[in-house]
Amino acid sequence: MIRLEKRPEPSKLWSWATPPLAVILTMIAGGLMFAALGKDPVAAIRTIFWDPIFGEFAFYYRGQLLVKAGPLILIAIGLSLGFRAGIWNIGAEGQYIIGAICGAAVGLAFYPWESFIVFPLMVIAGAIGGLLWAMIPGLLKVKFNTNEILVSLLLVYVAEFILASMALGALRNPDGSGFPGSRNFRSYPAAFNDEIIAGTGMHWGVAAAFIAVIFAYVLLARHQLGFQIKLAGQAPRAARFGGVNPVRLVLFCLGISGALAGLAGLFEVTGPAGQINIDFNVGYGFTAIIVAFLGRLHPVGILLAGLLLALTYIGGEAAQSALGLPAAAIQAFQGMLLFFLLAVDVLTNFRVRFGAGEAA
Amino acid sequence: MKRRSLLAAGVAALALATGGAMADGHEKVKAGFIYVGPIGDGGWNYQHDQGRLAVEAHFGDKVETIYQESVPEGADAERAITQMALQGADIIFTTSFGYMDPTNAVAAKFPDVKFEHATGYKREHPNVATYDARFYEGRAVIGHIAGHMTETNKIGYIASFPIPEVIQGINSAYLHAAKVNPDVEMVVTWVYTWFDPAKEADAARAMISQGVDVIMQHTDSTAPQAAAQEAIAAGERVFTFGQASDMSAFAPKPRIASIIDDWSPYYIKRVGQVIDGTWEQSASWGGMPEGEVVIGEITDEVPAEVKAEAEAMIAAITDGSYHPFTGPINKQDGTPWLAEGEVAEDGELLGMSFYVEGITSEIPN
Repeated sequence: MIRLEKRPEPSKLWSWATPPLAVILTMIAGGLMFAALGKDPVAAIRTIFWDPIFGEFAFYYRGQLLVKAGPLILIAIGLSLGFRAGIWNIGAEGQYIIGAICGAAVGLAFYPWESFIVFPLMVIAGAIGGLLWAMIPGLLKVKFNTNEILVSLLLVYVAEFILASMALGALRNPDGSGFPGSRNFRSYPAAFNDEIIAGTGMHWGVAAAFIAVIFAYVLLARHQLGFQIKLAGQAPRAARFGGVNPVRLVLFCLGISGALAGLAGLFEVTGPAGQINIDFNVGYGFTAIIVAFLGRLHPVGILLAGLLLALTYIGGEAAQSALGLPAAAIQAFQGMLLFFLLAVDVLTNFRVRFGAGEAA
Repeated sequence: MKRRSLLAAGVAALALATGGAMADGHEKVKAGFIYVGPIGDGGWNYQHDQGRLAVEAHFGDKVETIYQESVPEGADAERAITQMALQGADIIFTTSFGYMDPTNAVAAKFPDVKFEHATGYKREHPNVATYDARFYEGRAVIGHIAGHMTETNKIGYIASFPIPEVIQGINSAYLHAAKVNPDVEMVVTWVYTWFDPAKEADAARAMISQGVDVIMQHTDSTAPQAAAQEAIAAGERVFTFGQASDMSAFAPKPRIASIIDDWSPYYIKRVGQVIDGTWEQSASWGGMPEGEVVIGEITDEVPAEVKAEAEAMIAAITDGSYHPFTGPINKQDGTPWLAEGEVAEDGELLGMSFYVEGITSEIPN
């Protein structure tokens, strides 16, 4: 008989060991699935996990890993602060969209003015756009005690409609002969978020993500506000007695996560995506929630989790075209990763006991 | 050493290294296909994949094909296309409108790889060609059938994105429905997706509950067909048309006919040209005469005389004696567009951003 016994406090060892264990279990279970589909499981796992980093075309894929991981990390860092404090911003996707729209709108308003000031203004507008969008659930929560999970989530759909209307209306490329979509920022150098070093995938959004990781780390480890965030999450009553202002904390956590999501959107629309279009958003805001938890809400963990998830995307795509794996198999594989991570998490909080219970 | 220098020079260097691969290495021509949805959608992507299989069947050992499905339009598309070029594809077909800018961006980096973009208009580099099919020819035929079949005089249209290709279809279907039934009303529902079975089914159900009894779609799944089937089971009278693929599983009703995209002739032709080394940039727009737009079996739910008229129209479009956009046609606001007997120019159709007179709703803006 196997029993689970609650640990007095989460195991330090297991909280570090479970993510790699989950990855190994995913490789085994995924390998079995690939074998069942009639593909060589070793080749499939190697294509997904090894080739993008060390394979023949790694010089291209490594950069793409950064491109894919950048927005995930940037958004997840913001979300993790709120999650730690028990403030649940589920609508980062919407803040990402609004940030992209606001930033792009500022850039397009200046078109075709070539000045170094254009891009910084767009960055600021992107951050403000995301911040304001996140302030809606924030203010509703502090004024009327609404549930920020619902409000922020539902605002994603509102943002998507605004995006569609912008792509078809106000921001539509006047030279695009009626097709939806804004001008492409590639053809407007002053507003284009180019790679900082060509061929590396390192654009300003990736740089911003790394900076955000460092700031979050310092904030949580050294700053009073970081302490308040952790306290509010772990012991809300104690936090209140300890002088934490809950209104300020809600607005700060939602604001910072909104601003970072808005920045991610701005960097994406001016760089890899290139233009505002109806289907500009591809779910980074939702995937970032997974990244935040996969990274245990720890800045360094989020950095690694973002890179790992990006790897499964990039490697998964490569496996599709190189090995002819169906897209659904790759999605199932990614699902397995999350499943196993949550499943083995049990080891962090519980001790596994074999044999009959002692005088149970 | 080689790796290091490649790293330094980035993708452009590799493009040179792999671009000429056909000359220096592999004998088989490698053709890549990028799909916007799953190949099992039973519609648009399924038909493109049928085209890919036709290429394999036609050339046998001379070609190898690779594909990637469900590639989102936007930033991810650029990587997927680059990936295929890196893997040594000689020709890459990108089969959705939203791949237009990514296709051109990748083409700039791989001058020796041929790129074929479906339904777009940008050919920024000599190695980019575009191709499309005159779906509006098929719309004319099913519009004609729909005008006869509706009893409520409401024809529903599940529209994806307000781009010229879709607007052409709505106009063509309406013109030919109104020709046989002047009281007909076009109910257009915009779903802003190419493939989303849930949204498509919702749109179909909503329109049926508004009294629509004939549904057309410009989306890729069979969900509207299934929704109509449910409605029939509940005692409603509803008809649909297969879209992109025959969707014959839903015949004889609700599916009473279909517009089939047959990409095989074009794919075989273009891959053959890569094999022969005669590939050149072009903008292809084939239709019924080229066999790219085909009307699937018209079922017996359609009265025989209507079916005969539809077949006559197919014959006339195929031999070139009839163009679905032949004047007199006014724009929605009443201003004249085509004079009596005048035929629309391709350029005008490719940029079409207005409804014709008689459609009461507005194009979202």
